[in-house]
Amino acid sequence: MTVDDAGIALGGPGPLIDVHAHFYYDGAGRATWRHLNASRLLAGARIGIRYHVASILGSWGATSPTYFQSPADTVAGNDAMLALERAHPDCIRCYVAVNPNDQAGAVEEVERCVAAGAIGLKLAAARRADDALLDELCASARAHGLPVLHHVWQHRRRHWPSQDISDGSDLALLAARHPHVSFILAHIAGGGDYRHTFAAVREIPNIYLDLSGSGADRGMLDDAIEAVGPARLLWGADLTLDTGLARLWALDVIGLAADDRDAIRWRNARRIFPPRAFTDLPV
Amino acid sequence: MRDADRPRVDVNAFVGAYPFRHVPHPDPATLVRVLDREGTDEAWVGHLPGVFHRDPGPGSRELFELLAPHAERLRAVPAVRPDWPDWCAQVDEYWNRGAVAIRAYPPQWGLGPSDDGMIELSAACAERRLPLVLTVKFEDLRQRHPLDVAGDLQPAAVRALARAGTGVDLLVTAAGREFIEEVHWGLTAGERRHVWWDISWIWGPPEEDLAHLVRTIGADRLAFGTMWPLRLTQVARANLALLPAELRAYRLGVPGVPKGA
Repeated sequence: MTVDDAGIALGGPGPLIDVHAHFYYDGAGRATWRHLNASRLLAGARIGIRYHVASILGSWGATSPTYFQSPADTVAGNDAMLALERAHPDCIRCYVAVNPNDQAGAVEEVERCVAAGAIGLKLAAARRADDALLDELCASARAHGLPVLHHVWQHRRRHWPSQDISDGSDLALLAARHPHVSFILAHIAGGGDYRHTFAAVREIPNIYLDLSGSGADRGMLDDAIEAVGPARLLWGADLTLDTGLARLWALDVIGLAADDRDAIRWRNARRIFPPRAFTDLPV
Repeated sequence: MRDADRPRVDVNAFVGAYPFRHVPHPDPATLVRVLDREGTDEAWVGHLPGVFHRDPGPGSRELFELLAPHAERLRAVPAVRPDWPDWCAQVDEYWNRGAVAIRAYPPQWGLGPSDDGMIELSAACAERRLPLVLTVKFEDLRQRHPLDVAGDLQPAAVRALARAGTGVDLLVTAAGREFIEEVHWGLTAGERRHVWWDISWIWGPPEEDLAHLVRTIGADRLAFGTMWPLRLTQVARANLALLPAELRAYRLGVPGVPKGA
């Protein structure tokens, strides 16, 4: 049921796609993984999320680092994600997450998972976004019509532990090299200075900003809309569905036209993901 | 989590500019409109620029002036720095002017977790039945300005105040689950009864930190707070809306108001 106690979706009427979701599995090193997955699905149903487009990053650190996942963990995580999609075909879609350092193996993993139903490519922080090692993966994404969701720190001013972090400027370089691929810049509310990101990607039309993340700064949404417009924003929650719901409610009160709200809620995602991704939603 | 018979109070709001980034419309009139929109009856309001002033006195006095046109909805929570001359007279002044609580910012003032002045301030607040409001953080660690080096309030600082036996009611804002649990379970049952936590920075599903805390420390230890104008007010409301059904009937606490009152 996608409703609150009064029979209405908490996130408002109409379709809603979360372009940045995560799930867990028994190899993820968290004893509560089933509860976490169930909690996301339950809260998503109450919010009114039609589709969780999700990834699993290897073993989430259990047997190799989250952002530097081993080939075996890459396969295990993707298999678990695909299994979740098969278990919930009505509401879960799958990114294939790979480590670019696996080179040909990463490209083969994309092929394997696309054949099994993956609709997007997830790149995290195993190589910086402007690294040439990503080019072959982006070519694969283009061949399959996949958008690329790239983990980003909003304005990297130093290294951060356990990741080769990228920021908006780095992703802009990659996106400029692959103008026919749609890039989703991850979680503008996920840490760092989002205003730096807005300035860095304003003129790069194939970069979309996902609104997810635990941050809840007032002014962030207004600035994002001013920077790239509603046609390049995608709603998402990442690890905190409460801030995701809050941003939906904020979208309702900042003066957006209904068409623009729909664009952010689902229409932009419908456009940049493969046509087979959300067949029950109109193009 | 909403009682028709009791007003909803946002215990963690501010007015005024923030030094490290632009914050849109941080003025009292906008805050009143936000309260109307969100179904909140009143707010406890601090002076945001004054957090970063060496002497919070002028900002606190400005706060009363700013809130005066909205006095029925916006209740002043001025700041008092206990290592400043005549600080006790400031507590009296603010109490006489109708302050509902006192704010203090030990990290921003360089006061350590066991600072004697903070304990003396706690005692002064307790004598006047004014809750003492503490702030763990103003921004996510990952986005702070290079000049914003004060650091977060430490759990040890809260434990020290709660254990001092002054009888002060403490409201700790912008804490997350780990911080809250480290303090709560580090206090006696009697000490815990004097500590409240606002929900502005506690995560909801899928981690369900708020639900966990409602189950473990109790809803009466938690207070509705938003950290406006820095954060979206909708977060606190969303968090409550996403609680499991069996927890939504519990009522949040209000600092200084005993359970059941």
